Amino acid sequence: MAILEFARGLGVTFKNMLRPPVTIQYPRERRTLPERTRGRHMLHRYENNLERCIGCYLCAGACPADCIYIEAEENTPENRVSAGERYARVYEIDMLRCIFCGFCEEACPTGAITLEPILDISDYHRRPLIYTKDMLLEPPRDLESLPA
Amino acid sequence: MTLLVLGIPGPNDAVDLVIESVVKSVIALAFLMGAFGYLTLAERKILGRMQSRYGPNRVGPFGLLQPLADGLKLLLKEQVTPREVKTVVYLLGPAISLFVAFMAFAIIPVGPSFYLWGHQRTMAIANVNVGMLYLLAVLSLGVYGIVLGAWGSSNRYSLLGGLRSSAQMISYELALGLSLVSVVVLAGTLSPIGIVLAQNHHPLTWFVLLQPVGFLLFAVGGFAETNRAPFDLAEAEQELVAGYHTEYAGMRFALYFAAEYINMVTVSALVTTLFLGGWVFVGNGIFFNITQAPWAQLIGVFWFLAKCAMFLFLYIWVRATLPRIRYDQLMWFGWKVLLPASVLNLLVTALYVSLS
Repeated sequence: MAILEFARGLGVTFKNMLRPPVTIQYPRERRTLPERTRGRHMLHRYENNLERCIGCYLCAGACPADCIYIEAEENTPENRVSAGERYARVYEIDMLRCIFCGFCEEACPTGAITLEPILDISDYHRRPLIYTKDMLLEPPRDLESLPA
Repeated sequence: MTLLVLGIPGPNDAVDLVIESVVKSVIALAFLMGAFGYLTLAERKILGRMQSRYGPNRVGPFGLLQPLADGLKLLLKEQVTPREVKTVVYLLGPAISLFVAFMAFAIIPVGPSFYLWGHQRTMAIANVNVGMLYLLAVLSLGVYGIVLGAWGSSNRYSLLGGLRSSAQMISYELALGLSLVSVVVLAGTLSPIGIVLAQNHHPLTWFVLLQPVGFLLFAVGGFAETNRAPFDLAEAEQELVAGYHTEYAGMRFALYFAAEYINMVTVSALVTTLFLGGWVFVGNGIFFNITQAPWAQLIGVFWFLAKCAMFLFLYIWVRATLPRIRYDQLMWFGWKVLLPASVLNLLVTALYVSLS
């Protein structure tokens, strides 16, 4: 009888009600992301705190969305920022255009730009989502605390 | 009552009646509006849990302030009135829907009668001898709210949605009415209080046990009357935009919305009264006789509300489970399955009653 089918269906929904929900309640709970998740970018440094980025424009060239803006500058003996001849004085990524493909990470010769598994990129306005170098750069390591 | 206390002679009975009716009406109105608000929250939470997710739980603990937030949002929305609407009819539609939804609740007894201040008082707002007749009339009035709203919107898709909805309501009213008549035949009275008392015998003589088919017919008819659960074609988002309430925004939409949920509550209350024994306590007559106990009214109201809540849960449960019925299947079902079934039910009931 059709009524038995209804009862079976009702049983399914009732049983489901008694199970815990599968929702992950962001931001209190977060998902564990795979290591190679392509999230927010980060500019890295060497062990001696010199920046890896040498301002070579390879990442900007590789980017399909054309969202990286670089202005390079020569390293001087007084102001040595990176480990090569040039460093990136201005380095901006427009997060609203980025498609998180990871080409910039693949193109970089020094391993400066990587995509980290950080997904908290949201804001109420457009301007703050153009990330500047100071927002992307890794903080300097504490050299005294490293083992000799 | 007040004048009696003051010792002033005169039409005390009339004043007493008026005060009693007003007090009961205010309580019922407050209860229904509160019930409507929290029914929306309960529905969203239960529906969510049945779908492996949480319902609203951000606004207040367990989402308990959600109905307040929804109400505030609807109040603050801009009331867009399209230029071509037939103003009077357009404004009357939701008002009639809500008014009729409240009206139908007026005859339902929520507890046993008691004696207070010189008069026997019932726990229905109006003690109508022919309550069930009144009820059938009022249920039919509900169609007006939808038809007037649909036509007054001056929108052909709203009109189509409204026509579908009203045709559906009229078709299922027949099954509803006939199963109601079967209950009336069994109880021997049209009065809702009489029907509840007819189920007050020991052992359990609730009409759901004596008339299981009638119960199913009334329940299905109730789902279709309130445009709910698998019969919500007229207002589904995927069909005809939003059906008859497309052109209504903010508070006007809130009136239709409230009318729908209060209809749900009323139909649940009706099912409880007609089939589940109203305020009758399951162990009635075994431990104590409910009508003589001093806190009888509280127990009665509690059991009535518990049964109502159970049927409302069934409403939500069915909505989570069944897919929407296509319109032609709906009409076929109403006329070719439910109507013959309810006529047969009535026949068998009448035969049984006349032969015993």
